[in-house]
Amino acid sequence: MRVALFVTCINDMLHPRTGQAVVALLERLGVEVGFPAEQSCCGQPQYNTGYRHATEPLVRRFDRAFRDYEYVVTPSGSCAAMVRDNYSRIGAKAAAEGRGRGLIDAAAVAVPKTYELTEFLVDVLKVEDVGAYYPHTVTYHPTCHGLRILGLGDRPRRLLEHVKGLELRELPGAEECCGFGGTFAVKNPAVSAAMGADKVRNVIGTGAEAVCAVDNSCLLHIGGTLTRQGSAVRPVHIAEILASTEGSAW
Amino acid sequence: MSGTYLGMPAFPRAAEMSTRDTQLRANLTHATHTIRDKRAKAVAELDDWAQLRAAGAALKDRTLRHLDHYLERLEAAVTAAGGQVHWAADADEANRIVTRLVRETGETEVVKVKSMATQEIGLNEALAEAGIRAYETDLAELIVQLGHDLPSHILVPAIHRNRSEIRDIFRREMGSWGRPAPEGLTDSPAELAEAARLHLREKFLSAKVGISGANFMVAETGTLVVVESEGNGRMCLTLPETLISVVGIEKVVPSWQDLEVFLQLLPRSSTAERMNPYTSMWTGTTDGDGPRTFHLVLLDNGRTDTLADTVGRQALRCIRCSACLNVCPVYERAGGHAYGSPYPGPIGAILTPQLRGMEGSLEASLPYASSLCGACYEVCPVAIDIPEVLVHLRERVVEGGPVTRGGARTVLKPAKGHAAERAAMRAAAWAFDHPDALRSGMRLAARTRRLHPQRLPGPGRAWSRTRDLPTVPAESFRDWWQRTRGTASERGIWPEHGTSSEQRGDAE
Ligand code: SF4
Repeated sequence: MRVALFVTCINDMLHPRTGQAVVALLERLGVEVGFPAEQSCCGQPQYNTGYRHATEPLVRRFDRAFRDYEYVVTPSGSCAAMVRDNYSRIGAKAAAEGRGRGLIDAAAVAVPKTYELTEFLVDVLKVEDVGAYYPHTVTYHPTCHGLRILGLGDRPRRLLEHVKGLELRELPGAEECCGFGGTFAVKNPAVSAAMGADKVRNVIGTGAEAVCAVDNSCLLHIGGTLTRQGSAVRPVHIAEILASTEGSAW
Repeated sequence: MSGTYLGMPAFPRAAEMSTRDTQLRANLTHATHTIRDKRAKAVAELDDWAQLRAAGAALKDRTLRHLDHYLERLEAAVTAAGGQVHWAADADEANRIVTRLVRETGETEVVKVKSMATQEIGLNEALAEAGIRAYETDLAELIVQLGHDLPSHILVPAIHRNRSEIRDIFRREMGSWGRPAPEGLTDSPAELAEAARLHLREKFLSAKVGISGANFMVAETGTLVVVESEGNGRMCLTLPETLISVVGIEKVVPSWQDLEVFLQLLPRSSTAERMNPYTSMWTGTTDGDGPRTFHLVLLDNGRTDTLADTVGRQALRCIRCSACLNVCPVYERAGGHAYGSPYPGPIGAILTPQLRGMEGSLEASLPYASSLCGACYEVCPVAIDIPEVLVHLRERVVEGGPVTRGGARTVLKPAKGHAAERAAMRAAAWAFDHPDALRSGMRLAARTRRLHPQRLPGPGRAWSRTRDLPTVPAESFRDWWQRTRGTASERGIWPEHGTSSEQRGDAE
């Protein structure tokens, strides 16, 4: 099985430990992981802000970088959703604008093999108990793209429930958006902040030590709001929990 | 709040003001959460909901593809049943037609069934200018009208008001519109409803002209359908001598049987009821029963232009159930008025810019009034992919492009004020397509990380006002991989060494 890690630009720059955790976790499960250096960004920030044309080279690049691999695994629900939900659409629009079928073909290769991490673990590797140990109270925030576009369902929860030592706390209003939304956070700061404040109030209310999600961009917003409010609740990516073992805390 | 949407500040500014109104937010959160939970239960009762939803979407799409055909059939059927059909290209024309029709009756007062289309064209204001007073008879619309306010929700126009606010409005205003509020009116729902009933009854019994919209129009029979919960609509539709219905052209369905689908989708999505309490249907006129004169004003007002856009046209499937408003986290915080039109929430964010064009600053800001969380798409009973249309319209804003306005193809220029963003997006996209340049940039950011400010100037200020910025780690993932695994693996060749804790432990 040739598996490539698509680390995503945010993780590459701001959360390298998440990428390292994915590598450690997959290797522990006997998977060989490659990291094609030609990879960069899925194009989501540009696409969602309305700059579709700027995303086209990135679709091509994604295809080129991962062409040789059977699977592409990424620790980001929203980046996986970008590939799965929008790449074919970008291809179809380019073709409709008379620029050929190249992007449609690129999307056809990329889309079916791209998996968000928890999806890959549960659906492809068919594991729910990854042998992790994390002796903390944790609450889980299901991010919008993971929840509604990828349809991750209870996969992340099932994985967390098998983690030894972990106590999962129910998050009220879990399915409500945290208010990040990429450029939304900058273009509609008041509403974004109000949504973030409500999310953080619910998180703190659980009494958990950490809030976990499948996406560091949402955690960036939630975490930034938490620390600004002086809260000690830590944002932590699910990969870092799953990578932790009794022998080595992540 | 004065009774007009003109001059509404663009969405982010309007929303910022409303997020500070804690009473408004409390009213909205309470109301939307109650209805969204009920809706979820009502929908879960049907095991064929997914099929019904797909059928609703397919029916609407097919009708929209052949809209001209079905509208002509409708016109023929309505005319054959004794009604008169008028075509209105825009709001002004529709208002002129209705004003003329009312004038011809010699009346100066009309009663109204709650109608989105007449809100959209500003009919009440146009009638007022012509010396005709229009009385809203839907309870929530009455509250809005008496309060000199604007509706803020499709289904519950006064959702932003609580009971004590409503009591105060009734006490203060009812007298100047007709029968005053009873002495000592409290804020108990039963008393408020009774006060409204007594006030409205006088109107129903004296009115000679009724004005309505319609939820559906059946092409095959020429039948119009209004669904409602209070029965006020039925009074307006049956008591007056003249009935004038103003309806958007997208509300036509081909056959009577199609109602079977929509009359299941609509009540469960909007009021969480299995069936709405009142369904009124009328076909032309009938001697000795109901209005003797019936006019149907078919309203375009940007709909054909919307139809010309292959992605955006799905907005015309909307059956105005308001489910998307009730689940929208942005609507919940911003309130309905911030959207600057009778169509608030997610559907308003895609419908208003399409119906009105995107040249105005409000219209250009609406496609960004969403975090793209997808909750609206999930609940929409006719499966309108609202996030897809939002992104499509954002592209119109920043890049311009071909659009249809007034039936003619034109090319829209990019909206002003996006130059810096466009440059930044292009620069980022270029860097992302040149990983070596990207890597140098990342290394520079890592080296200078101790110098990074905790609060940002410029557009970033919006971020750092309420949130802390992340700190840039000493080493990017890319550099870590290269340092620990070597370059060979970058081409996908498996490195010999595994991960040890030293290798991954030093990246902070
Ligand atoms: S867009 Fe869909 S959910 Fe929203 S009001 Fe229209 S039909 Fe209802």
